[in-house]
Amino acid sequence: MLRLVAIIAVLPIIAILVYIIYKGAPALSWEFITGFPSDGMRSGGIWPAIVGTFFLTMLCTIVVAPLGIGAAIYLSEYAADNRWTQSIRIAIISLAGIPSVVYGLFGLGLFVIFFNFGISILAGSLTLAIMTLPVIITTTEEALRAVPQSFRVVSRSVGATQLQTIRRIVVPQALPGIMTGVILGLERAAGETAPILFTAAVFYLPNLPSSVTDPTMALPYHLYVISTQVPGMEPQIQFGTALVLLLFVLGLNLLATVIRSRARARRQW
Amino acid sequence: MVAQSAHTLMDTDYKIVTENLGLQYSDGTESLKDISINIPKNAISVLFGPAGGGKSTYLRVLNRLNDLANVKELSGKAILYSEDGDPLDILDPDIDVTSLRRRVGMVFARPVVLPMSINENLTYGLEVAGERNKNRLNQAVKRSLQQAALWAEVKDRLDDPAVDLSGGQQQRLCIARSLALEPEVLLLDEPTSGLDPISTGKVEASLQELKKEYTIILVPHSVQQAARTADHAAFFLQGELIEYAPGALMFTNPTDQRTADYIEGRFG
Repeated sequence: MLRLVAIIAVLPIIAILVYIIYKGAPALSWEFITGFPSDGMRSGGIWPAIVGTFFLTMLCTIVVAPLGIGAAIYLSEYAADNRWTQSIRIAIISLAGIPSVVYGLFGLGLFVIFFNFGISILAGSLTLAIMTLPVIITTTEEALRAVPQSFRVVSRSVGATQLQTIRRIVVPQALPGIMTGVILGLERAAGETAPILFTAAVFYLPNLPSSVTDPTMALPYHLYVISTQVPGMEPQIQFGTALVLLLFVLGLNLLATVIRSRARARRQW
Repeated sequence: MVAQSAHTLMDTDYKIVTENLGLQYSDGTESLKDISINIPKNAISVLFGPAGGGKSTYLRVLNRLNDLANVKELSGKAILYSEDGDPLDILDPDIDVTSLRRRVGMVFARPVVLPMSINENLTYGLEVAGERNKNRLNQAVKRSLQQAALWAEVKDRLDDPAVDLSGGQQQRLCIARSLALEPEVLLLDEPTSGLDPISTGKVEASLQELKKEYTIILVPHSVQQAARTADHAAFFLQGELIEYAPGALMFTNPTDQRTADYIEGRFG
Protein backbone atom coordinates (compact mmCIF):
# COMPACT_ATOMS: atom_id res chain seq x y z
CA MET A 1 0.00 0.00 0.00
CA LEU A 2 2.66 2.47 1.06
CA ARG A 3 4.80 1.32 -1.81
CA LEU A 4 1.97 2.27 -4.15
CA VAL A 5 1.83 5.75 -2.59
CA ALA A 6 5.58 6.09 -3.07
CA ILE A 7 5.30 5.08 -6.70
CA ILE A 8 2.49 7.59 -7.24
CA ALA A 9 4.66 10.27 -5.66
CA VAL A 10 7.51 9.56 -8.05
CA LEU A 11 5.36 9.20 -11.15
CA PRO A 12 4.88 12.92 -11.91
CA ILE A 13 8.63 13.52 -11.78
CA ILE A 14 9.31 10.69 -14.18
CA ALA A 15 6.44 11.78 -16.41
CA ILE A 16 7.73 15.36 -16.59
CA LEU A 17 11.26 14.20 -17.34
CA VAL A 18 10.23 11.73 -20.03
CA TYR A 19 7.80 14.15 -21.64
CA ILE A 20 10.25 17.07 -21.75
CA ILE A 21 13.10 14.93 -23.02
CA TYR A 22 10.84 13.34 -25.62
CA LYS A 23 9.56 16.68 -26.89
CA GLY A 24 12.70 18.74 -26.37
CA ALA A 25 15.58 16.47 -27.27
CA PRO A 26 15.12 16.87 -31.05
CA ALA A 27 15.63 20.64 -30.66
CA LEU A 28 18.98 20.26 -28.97
CA SER A 29 21.87 21.02 -31.26
CA TRP A 30 25.10 22.98 -31.13
CA GLU A 31 23.42 25.89 -32.90
CA PHE A 32 20.51 25.83 -30.45
CA ILE A 33 22.85 26.04 -27.45
CA THR A 34 25.32 28.58 -28.81
CA GLY A 35 23.18 30.64 -31.20
CA PHE A 36 21.16 33.81 -30.78
CA PRO A 37 17.41 33.78 -31.25
CA SER A 38 16.25 34.92 -34.65
CA ASP A 39 13.03 35.50 -36.52
CA GLY A 40 11.31 36.94 -33.42
CA MET A 41 12.39 33.97 -31.24
CA ARG A 42 10.83 31.49 -33.64
CA SER A 43 14.17 30.02 -34.63
CA GLY A 44 17.86 30.19 -33.71
CA GLY A 45 19.30 29.44 -30.27
CA ILE A 46 19.14 30.38 -26.61
CA TRP A 47 22.79 31.22 -25.85
CA PRO A 48 22.11 34.70 -24.36
CA ALA A 49 19.55 33.19 -21.97
CA ILE A 50 22.01 30.50 -20.84
CA VAL A 51 24.75 33.08 -20.28
CA GLY A 52 22.33 35.36 -18.46
CA THR A 53 21.18 32.64 -16.07
CA PHE A 54 24.81 31.67 -15.46
CA PHE A 55 25.78 35.27 -14.58
CA LEU A 56 22.73 35.82 -12.39
CA THR A 57 23.42 32.63 -10.47
CA MET A 58 27.14 33.31 -10.05
CA LEU A 59 26.73 36.88 -8.81
CA CYS A 60 23.93 35.72 -6.52
CA THR A 61 26.32 33.14 -5.01
CA ILE A 62 29.12 35.63 -4.52
CA VAL A 63 26.74 37.85 -2.57
CA VAL A 64 24.71 35.29 -0.65
CA ALA A 65 27.32 32.66 0.31
CA PRO A 66 29.41 34.83 2.69
CA LEU A 67 26.28 36.45 4.14
CA GLY A 68 24.39 33.22 4.65
CA ILE A 69 27.33 31.23 5.98
CA GLY A 70 28.33 34.07 8.30
CA ALA A 71 24.81 34.35 9.67
CA ALA A 72 24.64 30.58 10.19
CA ILE A 73 27.98 30.55 12.04
CA TYR A 74 26.71 33.31 14.28
CA LEU A 75 23.46 31.49 15.01
CA SER A 76 25.07 28.10 15.56
CA GLU A 77 28.28 29.01 17.38
CA TYR A 78 27.84 32.37 19.07
CA ALA A 79 24.21 33.30 19.61
CA ALA A 80 22.68 32.54 22.98
CA ASP A 81 19.27 30.90 22.91
CA ASN A 82 17.13 33.92 23.80
CA ARG A 83 14.24 36.00 22.46
CA TRP A 84 16.54 37.88 20.11
CA THR A 85 17.86 34.79 18.32
CA GLN A 86 14.43 33.16 18.38
CA SER A 87 13.03 36.15 16.53
CA ILE A 88 15.89 35.94 14.03
CA ARG A 89 15.01 32.31 13.42
CA ILE A 90 11.31 33.09 12.97
CA ALA A 91 12.28 35.83 10.51
CA ILE A 92 14.38 33.36 8.51
CA ILE A 93 11.58 30.80 8.39
CA SER A 94 9.12 33.50 7.30
CA LEU A 95 11.57 34.68 4.66
CA ALA A 96 11.65 31.17 3.23
CA GLY A 97 7.86 31.16 2.96
CA ILE A 98 7.44 34.39 1.01
CA PRO A 99 6.20 33.82 -2.56
CA SER A 100 8.92 34.50 -5.10
CA VAL A 101 6.89 37.11 -6.96
CA VAL A 102 6.90 39.20 -3.78
CA TYR A 103 10.71 39.10 -3.83
CA GLY A 104 10.48 40.29 -7.43
CA LEU A 105 8.38 43.29 -6.45
CA PHE A 106 10.62 44.00 -3.48
CA GLY A 107 13.69 43.88 -5.73
CA LEU A 108 11.98 46.23 -8.16
CA GLY A 109 11.24 48.72 -5.41
CA LEU A 110 14.58 48.52 -3.59
CA PHE A 111 17.28 47.74 -6.14
CA VAL A 112 15.82 48.86 -9.48
CA ILE A 113 14.12 52.05 -8.35
CA PHE A 114 15.44 53.14 -4.93
CA PHE A 115 19.12 52.26 -5.51
CA ASN A 116 18.66 53.12 -9.17
CA PHE A 117 20.42 49.99 -10.45
CA GLY A 118 17.81 49.79 -13.22
CA ILE A 119 16.74 46.51 -14.78
CA SER A 120 20.11 44.81 -14.48
CA ILE A 121 22.04 41.66 -13.60
CA LEU A 122 23.02 43.39 -10.36
CA ALA A 123 19.44 44.11 -9.29
CA GLY A 124 18.35 40.58 -10.29
CA SER A 125 21.23 38.85 -8.50
CA LEU A 126 20.63 40.79 -5.30
CA THR A 127 16.95 39.91 -5.42
CA LEU A 128 17.80 36.24 -5.94
CA ALA A 129 20.34 36.52 -3.12
CA ILE A 130 17.70 37.68 -0.65
CA MET A 131 15.42 34.89 -1.79
CA THR A 132 18.05 32.15 -1.35
CA LEU A 133 19.44 33.54 1.93
CA PRO A 134 17.08 31.56 4.20
CA VAL A 135 17.83 28.30 2.38
CA ILE A 136 21.56 28.77 2.81
CA ILE A 137 21.34 29.90 6.43
CA THR A 138 19.15 26.97 7.41
CA THR A 139 21.20 24.25 5.68
CA THR A 140 24.51 25.72 6.83
CA GLU A 141 23.33 25.93 10.41
CA GLU A 142 22.20 22.31 10.25
CA ALA A 143 25.61 21.27 8.88
CA LEU A 144 27.41 23.16 11.67
CA ARG A 145 25.20 21.69 14.39
CA ALA A 146 25.86 18.20 13.07
CA VAL A 147 29.55 18.56 14.02
CA PRO A 148 29.84 16.81 17.41
CA GLN A 149 29.94 19.15 20.39
CA SER A 150 32.77 17.06 21.85
CA PHE A 151 35.13 18.29 19.09
CA ARG A 152 34.52 21.84 20.23
CA VAL A 153 35.10 20.98 23.89
CA VAL A 154 38.33 19.10 23.12
CA SER A 155 39.61 21.90 20.92
CA ARG A 156 38.93 24.46 23.64
CA SER A 157 40.46 22.19 26.28
CA VAL A 158 43.83 22.21 24.51
CA GLY A 159 43.80 25.98 24.50
CA ALA A 160 42.24 26.85 21.14
CA THR A 161 40.08 29.95 21.14
CA GLN A 162 36.49 29.81 19.94
CA LEU A 163 37.48 31.40 16.63
CA GLN A 164 40.34 28.91 16.10
CA THR A 165 37.94 26.08 16.91
CA ILE A 166 35.43 27.31 14.34
CA ARG A 167 38.05 27.89 11.66
CA ARG A 168 40.09 24.75 12.14
CA ILE A 169 37.52 22.18 13.26
CA VAL A 170 33.86 23.15 12.91
CA VAL A 171 33.74 24.79 9.47
CA PRO A 172 36.06 22.29 7.72
CA GLN A 173 33.97 19.42 9.11
CA ALA A 174 30.73 21.08 8.05
CA LEU A 175 32.02 22.19 4.65
CA PRO A 176 30.40 19.45 2.51
CA GLY A 177 27.04 20.17 4.15
CA ILE A 178 27.54 23.90 3.66
CA MET A 179 28.39 23.43 -0.02
CA THR A 180 25.35 21.24 -0.51
CA GLY A 181 23.20 23.97 0.98
CA VAL A 182 24.73 26.66 -1.20
CA ILE A 183 24.22 24.59 -4.34
CA LEU A 184 20.60 23.86 -3.42
CA GLY A 185 20.10 27.59 -2.94
CA LEU A 186 21.58 28.28 -6.37
CA GLU A 187 19.39 25.68 -7.91
CA ARG A 188 16.39 27.58 -6.69
CA ALA A 189 17.86 30.86 -7.90
CA ALA A 190 18.60 29.47 -11.35
CA GLY A 191 15.09 28.17 -11.91
CA GLU A 192 12.96 31.06 -10.65
CA THR A 193 11.23 33.46 -13.02
CA ALA A 194 9.31 35.81 -10.75
CA PRO A 195 12.24 37.43 -8.88
CA ILE A 196 13.99 38.42 -12.12
CA LEU A 197 10.79 39.32 -13.95
CA PHE A 198 10.90 42.97 -12.90
CA THR A 199 14.54 43.27 -11.90
CA ALA A 200 16.87 41.76 -14.50
CA ALA A 201 15.30 39.92 -17.39
CA VAL A 202 14.33 41.33 -20.75
CA PHE A 203 12.52 39.89 -23.75
CA TYR A 204 15.35 40.06 -26.25
CA LEU A 205 18.88 41.46 -26.50
CA PRO A 206 20.96 41.56 -29.64
CA ASN A 207 24.22 41.34 -27.62
CA LEU A 208 25.41 39.54 -24.52
CA PRO A 209 25.44 41.77 -21.41
CA SER A 210 28.80 43.45 -20.95
CA SER A 211 28.54 44.52 -17.30
CA VAL A 212 26.47 43.81 -14.18
CA THR A 213 24.47 46.97 -14.78
CA ASP A 214 23.15 45.63 -18.09
CA PRO A 215 19.84 43.84 -18.35
CA THR A 216 20.02 40.24 -19.47
CA MET A 217 18.05 37.39 -20.92
CA ALA A 218 17.56 34.38 -18.66
CA LEU A 219 16.40 30.81 -19.21
CA PRO A 220 13.27 30.68 -17.04
CA TYR A 221 12.08 34.06 -18.26
CA HIS A 222 12.86 33.15 -21.85
CA LEU A 223 10.82 30.01 -21.47
CA TYR A 224 7.93 32.02 -20.05
CA VAL A 225 8.12 34.48 -22.93
CA ILE A 226 8.27 31.99 -25.76
CA SER A 227 5.52 29.91 -24.20
CA THR A 228 3.02 32.73 -23.71
CA GLN A 229 3.99 35.87 -25.58
CA VAL A 230 5.09 34.74 -29.02
CA PRO A 231 2.37 33.60 -31.41
CA GLY A 232 3.17 30.78 -33.78
CA MET A 233 6.02 29.47 -31.68
CA GLU A 234 7.40 26.03 -32.51
CA PRO A 235 6.75 23.72 -29.52
CA GLN A 236 10.08 22.04 -30.17
CA ILE A 237 11.97 25.22 -29.22
CA GLN A 238 9.86 25.66 -26.09
CA PHE A 239 10.55 22.13 -24.94
CA GLY A 240 14.19 22.39 -25.94
CA THR A 241 14.54 25.46 -23.69
CA ALA A 242 12.73 23.70 -20.87
CA LEU A 243 15.08 20.75 -21.24
CA VAL A 244 18.18 22.94 -21.04
CA LEU A 245 16.86 24.64 -17.91
CA LEU A 246 16.03 21.26 -16.42
CA LEU A 247 19.49 19.91 -17.19
CA PHE A 248 21.07 23.01 -15.62
CA VAL A 249 19.13 22.54 -12.38
CA LEU A 250 19.47 18.76 -12.30
CA GLY A 251 23.20 19.13 -12.93
CA LEU A 252 23.51 21.34 -9.84
CA ASN A 253 21.45 18.85 -7.88
CA LEU A 254 23.67 15.98 -8.98
CA LEU A 255 26.76 17.97 -7.97
CA ALA A 256 25.29 18.49 -4.50
CA THR A 257 24.52 14.79 -4.19
CA VAL A 258 28.03 13.79 -5.24
CA ILE A 259 29.66 16.18 -2.76
CA ARG A 260 27.43 14.92 0.03
CA SER A 261 27.98 11.23 -0.58
CA ARG A 262 31.73 11.56 -1.05
CA ALA A 263 32.02 13.54 2.17
CA ARG A 264 29.90 11.01 4.02
CA ALA A 265 32.20 8.21 2.89
CA ARG A 266 35.26 10.09 4.14
CA ARG A 267 33.75 11.43 7.35
CA GLN A 268 35.42 10.26 10.55
CA TRP A 269 32.49 10.62 12.93
CA MET B 1 68.66 29.07 42.99
CA VAL B 2 66.26 31.88 43.63
CA ALA B 3 63.32 29.92 42.35
CA GLN B 4 64.07 27.09 44.75
CA SER B 5 64.30 29.33 47.77
CA ALA B 6 61.15 31.20 46.84
CA HIS B 7 59.49 27.84 46.66
CA THR B 8 60.74 26.90 50.10
CA LEU B 9 59.56 30.21 51.49
CA MET B 10 56.09 29.52 50.13
CA ASP B 11 56.28 26.47 52.34
CA THR B 12 54.05 24.62 49.96
CA ASP B 13 54.33 21.46 47.99
CA TYR B 14 50.88 22.05 46.67
CA LYS B 15 50.17 22.52 43.00
CA ILE B 16 46.57 23.60 43.28
CA VAL B 17 44.79 25.00 46.29
CA THR B 18 41.02 25.42 46.35
CA GLU B 19 39.26 27.14 49.22
CA ASN B 20 35.52 27.07 49.83
CA LEU B 21 34.88 26.47 46.17
CA GLY B 22 31.17 26.67 45.39
CA LEU B 23 29.39 26.34 42.07
CA GLN B 24 25.83 26.19 40.90
CA TYR B 25 24.58 25.61 37.35
CA SER B 26 21.75 27.75 35.99
CA ASP B 27 19.46 24.74 35.70
CA GLY B 28 20.15 23.87 39.35
CA THR B 29 21.89 20.53 38.66
CA GLU B 30 25.16 19.16 40.05
CA SER B 31 26.96 21.76 42.09
CA LEU B 32 29.85 22.20 44.47
CA LYS B 33 29.56 23.26 48.09
CA ASP B 34 32.52 24.67 50.00
CA ILE B 35 35.18 22.43 48.52
CA SER B 36 38.60 22.99 50.09
CA ILE B 37 41.32 20.69 48.80
CA ASN B 38 45.08 21.09 48.49
CA ILE B 39 46.37 19.10 45.54
CA PRO B 40 50.01 18.00 46.11
CA LYS B 41 52.63 18.11 43.38
CA ASN B 42 53.83 15.02 41.54
CA ALA B 43 51.19 12.74 42.95
CA ILE B 44 47.91 11.21 41.86
CA SER B 45 44.97 12.76 43.64
CA VAL B 46 41.81 10.80 43.17
CA LEU B 47 38.30 12.25 43.38
CA PHE B 48 35.76 9.48 43.88
CA GLY B 49 32.15 9.04 44.88
CA PRO B 50 28.75 8.35 43.35
CA ALA B 51 27.70 9.96 40.05
CA GLY B 52 26.45 13.51 40.29
CA GLY B 53 28.70 14.29 43.25
CA GLY B 54 30.54 17.18 41.60
CA LYS B 55 33.81 15.46 40.67
CA SER B 56 33.67 16.39 36.98
CA THR B 57 32.49 19.86 37.81
CA TYR B 58 35.45 20.32 40.12
CA LEU B 59 37.83 19.23 37.35
CA ARG B 60 36.20 21.56 34.87
CA VAL B 61 36.64 24.50 37.19
CA LEU B 62 40.39 23.88 37.34
CA ASN B 63 40.92 24.58 33.65
CA ARG B 64 37.89 26.81 33.26
CA LEU B 65 36.09 24.48 30.88
CA ASN B 66 33.06 25.34 32.99
CA ASP B 67 33.13 28.64 31.08
CA LEU B 68 31.45 26.72 28.26
CA ALA B 69 28.57 25.65 30.52
CA ASN B 70 25.78 27.73 32.01
CA VAL B 71 27.13 28.52 35.45
CA LYS B 72 24.94 30.64 37.68
CA GLU B 73 27.23 31.14 40.62
CA LEU B 74 30.90 30.50 41.29
CA SER B 75 32.47 31.37 44.63
CA GLY B 76 35.59 30.67 46.68
CA LYS B 77 39.20 30.45 45.57
CA ALA B 78 41.20 28.27 43.20
CA ILE B 79 44.94 28.94 42.91
CA LEU B 80 47.43 27.28 40.58
CA TYR B 81 51.08 27.51 41.66
CA SER B 82 53.83 27.54 39.05
CA GLU B 83 57.09 25.61 39.50
CA ASP B 84 58.51 28.81 40.98
CA GLY B 85 55.63 29.13 43.39
CA ASP B 86 53.95 32.01 41.55
CA PRO B 87 50.22 31.88 42.21
CA LEU B 88 47.62 32.20 39.46
CA ASP B 89 44.03 32.97 40.40
CA ILE B 90 42.19 30.43 38.23
CA LEU B 91 38.79 32.02 38.78
CA ASP B 92 39.92 35.54 37.85
CA PRO B 93 37.83 36.41 34.77
CA ASP B 94 40.72 38.44 33.33
CA ILE B 95 43.38 35.71 33.19
CA ASP B 96 44.45 34.22 29.88
CA VAL B 97 42.26 31.11 29.80
CA THR B 98 44.08 29.73 26.78
CA SER B 99 47.40 29.66 28.64
CA LEU B 100 45.71 28.20 31.73
CA ARG B 101 44.33 25.36 29.61
CA ARG B 102 47.80 24.65 28.29
CA ARG B 103 49.11 24.42 31.85
CA VAL B 104 46.18 22.31 33.03
CA GLY B 105 45.37 19.59 30.50
CA MET B 106 42.17 17.57 30.38
CA VAL B 107 41.32 14.02 29.31
CA PHE B 108 37.66 13.05 29.02
CA ALA B 109 35.75 9.85 29.77
CA ARG B 110 34.98 9.04 26.17
CA PRO B 111 38.09 9.27 24.02
CA VAL B 112 37.41 12.08 21.56
CA VAL B 113 40.00 12.15 18.82
CA LEU B 114 39.77 15.09 16.47
CA PRO B 115 38.87 14.17 12.86
CA MET B 116 42.44 14.36 11.59
CA SER B 117 45.59 12.23 11.57
CA ILE B 118 47.32 10.90 14.68
CA ASN B 119 50.10 13.38 14.11
CA GLU B 120 47.75 16.34 13.66
CA ASN B 121 45.84 15.44 16.80
CA LEU B 122 49.05 15.83 18.76
CA THR B 123 50.27 19.03 17.10
CA TYR B 124 46.86 20.74 17.11
CA GLY B 125 47.23 22.32 20.55
CA LEU B 126 50.76 23.52 19.82
CA GLU B 127 49.78 24.91 16.43
CA VAL B 128 46.87 26.94 17.75
CA ALA B 129 49.37 28.28 20.29
CA GLY B 130 51.47 29.52 17.37
CA GLU B 131 54.19 26.83 17.19
CA ARG B 132 55.32 26.43 13.56
CA ASN B 133 58.75 24.84 13.98
CA LYS B 134 58.55 21.36 12.38
CA ASN B 135 61.38 20.02 14.52
CA ARG B 136 59.84 21.03 17.79
CA LEU B 137 56.44 19.73 16.67
CA ASN B 138 57.91 16.36 15.72
CA GLN B 139 59.77 16.13 19.01
CA ALA B 140 56.59 16.90 20.93
CA VAL B 141 54.75 14.17 19.01
CA LYS B 142 57.39 11.56 19.82
CA ARG B 143 57.82 12.57 23.46
CA SER B 144 54.09 12.71 24.20
CA LEU B 145 53.43 9.35 22.52
CA GLN B 146 56.25 7.76 24.49
CA GLN B 147 54.94 9.20 27.74
CA ALA B 148 51.46 7.86 26.98
CA ALA B 149 52.95 4.42 26.14
CA LEU B 150 51.63 4.56 22.58
CA TRP B 151 54.78 5.31 20.56
CA ALA B 152 55.66 1.72 19.70
CA GLU B 153 52.17 0.98 18.41
CA VAL B 154 51.74 3.99 16.13
CA LYS B 155 55.19 5.23 15.18
CA ASP B 156 54.91 3.88 11.62
CA ARG B 157 51.42 5.20 10.97
CA LEU B 158 51.41 8.74 12.32
CA ASP B 159 49.63 10.04 9.23
CA ASP B 160 46.73 7.60 9.52
CA PRO B 161 43.35 8.93 10.66
CA ALA B 162 43.22 8.86 14.46
CA VAL B 163 39.77 7.21 14.41
CA ASP B 164 41.38 4.07 12.98
CA LEU B 165 42.96 3.41 16.39
CA SER B 166 41.29 1.08 18.89
CA GLY B 167 39.40 2.56 21.83
CA GLY B 168 42.29 2.04 24.22
CA GLN B 169 44.77 3.53 21.78
CA GLN B 170 42.48 6.50 21.19
CA GLN B 171 42.34 7.21 24.90
CA ARG B 172 46.13 7.05 25.20
CA LEU B 173 46.27 9.37 22.20
CA CYS B 174 44.02 11.78 24.09
CA ILE B 175 46.40 11.62 27.05
CA ALA B 176 49.33 12.19 24.69
CA ARG B 177 47.48 15.14 23.14
CA SER B 178 47.35 16.79 26.56
CA LEU B 179 50.96 15.92 27.28
CA ALA B 180 52.12 17.41 23.96
CA LEU B 181 51.45 20.83 25.45
CA GLU B 182 53.79 20.09 28.38
CA PRO B 183 51.15 20.90 30.98
CA GLU B 184 51.88 21.06 34.69
CA VAL B 185 48.65 19.39 35.73
CA LEU B 186 46.72 16.58 34.07
CA LEU B 187 43.00 16.26 34.76
CA LEU B 188 41.52 12.87 33.91
CA ASP B 189 37.77 12.39 34.03
CA GLU B 190 37.08 8.63 34.12
CA PRO B 191 39.65 8.06 31.39
CA THR B 192 39.24 4.28 31.42
CA SER B 193 35.46 3.99 31.70
CA GLY B 194 35.12 2.69 28.15
CA LEU B 195 38.23 0.54 28.07
CA ASP B 196 38.91 -3.16 28.51
CA PRO B 197 41.02 -4.32 31.50
CA ILE B 198 44.23 -4.60 29.46
CA SER B 199 43.95 -1.07 28.08
CA THR B 200 42.96 0.16 31.53
CA GLY B 201 46.10 -1.45 32.95
CA LYS B 202 48.25 0.31 30.35
CA VAL B 203 46.70 3.68 31.14
CA GLU B 204 47.10 3.19 34.89
CA ALA B 205 50.71 2.12 34.44
CA SER B 206 51.49 5.19 32.37
CA LEU B 207 49.88 7.39 35.04
CA GLN B 208 52.34 5.99 37.60
CA GLU B 209 55.17 7.08 35.30
CA LEU B 210 53.60 10.43 34.50
CA LYS B 211 53.19 11.50 38.11
CA LYS B 212 56.97 11.82 38.38
CA GLU B 213 56.73 14.84 36.09
CA TYR B 214 53.15 15.98 36.38
CA THR B 215 50.51 16.60 38.98
CA ILE B 216 47.59 14.30 38.28
CA ILE B 217 43.98 14.61 39.33
CA LEU B 218 41.97 11.53 38.45
CA VAL B 219 38.28 10.77 38.64
CA PRO B 220 38.37 6.95 38.60
CA HIS B 221 35.62 4.84 37.12
CA SER B 222 35.44 2.54 40.15
CA VAL B 223 36.34 2.39 43.81
CA GLN B 224 38.82 -0.35 42.96
CA GLN B 225 40.62 1.91 40.53
CA ALA B 226 40.58 4.67 43.14
CA ALA B 227 42.23 2.35 45.66
CA ARG B 228 44.80 1.12 43.11
CA THR B 229 45.93 4.54 41.95
CA ALA B 230 45.39 7.05 44.74
CA ASP B 231 48.25 8.77 46.51
CA HIS B 232 45.60 11.06 47.93
CA ALA B 233 41.88 10.57 47.77
CA ALA B 234 38.87 12.84 48.13
CA PHE B 235 35.37 11.47 48.62
CA PHE B 236 32.67 13.58 46.96
CA LEU B 237 29.01 13.16 47.82
CA GLN B 238 26.27 15.36 46.38
CA GLY B 239 28.52 18.33 45.83
CA GLU B 240 30.24 18.10 49.20
CA LEU B 241 33.72 16.97 50.12
CA ILE B 242 33.17 14.36 52.80
CA GLU B 243 36.73 13.33 53.41
CA TYR B 244 40.19 13.99 52.04
CA ALA B 245 43.13 11.80 53.08
CA PRO B 246 46.16 9.92 51.82
CA GLY B 247 45.02 6.99 49.69
CA ALA B 248 46.48 4.32 51.94
CA LEU B 249 44.51 5.67 54.87
CA MET B 250 41.29 6.42 53.01
CA PHE B 251 40.75 2.92 51.67
CA THR B 252 41.75 1.01 54.80
CA ASN B 253 40.52 3.26 57.55
CA PRO B 254 38.06 5.95 56.46
CA THR B 255 36.94 8.29 59.24
CA ASP B 256 33.48 9.13 57.95
CA GLN B 257 30.78 6.48 58.03
CA ARG B 258 29.46 7.52 54.58
CA THR B 259 32.92 7.03 53.08
CA ALA B 260 33.18 3.59 54.64
CA ASP B 261 29.70 2.66 53.40
CA TYR B 262 30.55 3.74 49.87
CA ILE B 263 33.91 1.99 49.75
CA GLU B 264 32.35 -1.20 51.03
CA GLY B 265 29.64 -0.94 48.41
CA ARG B 266 26.65 -0.37 50.69
CA PHE B 267 25.41 2.40 48.39
CA GLY B 268 26.47 4.00 45.16
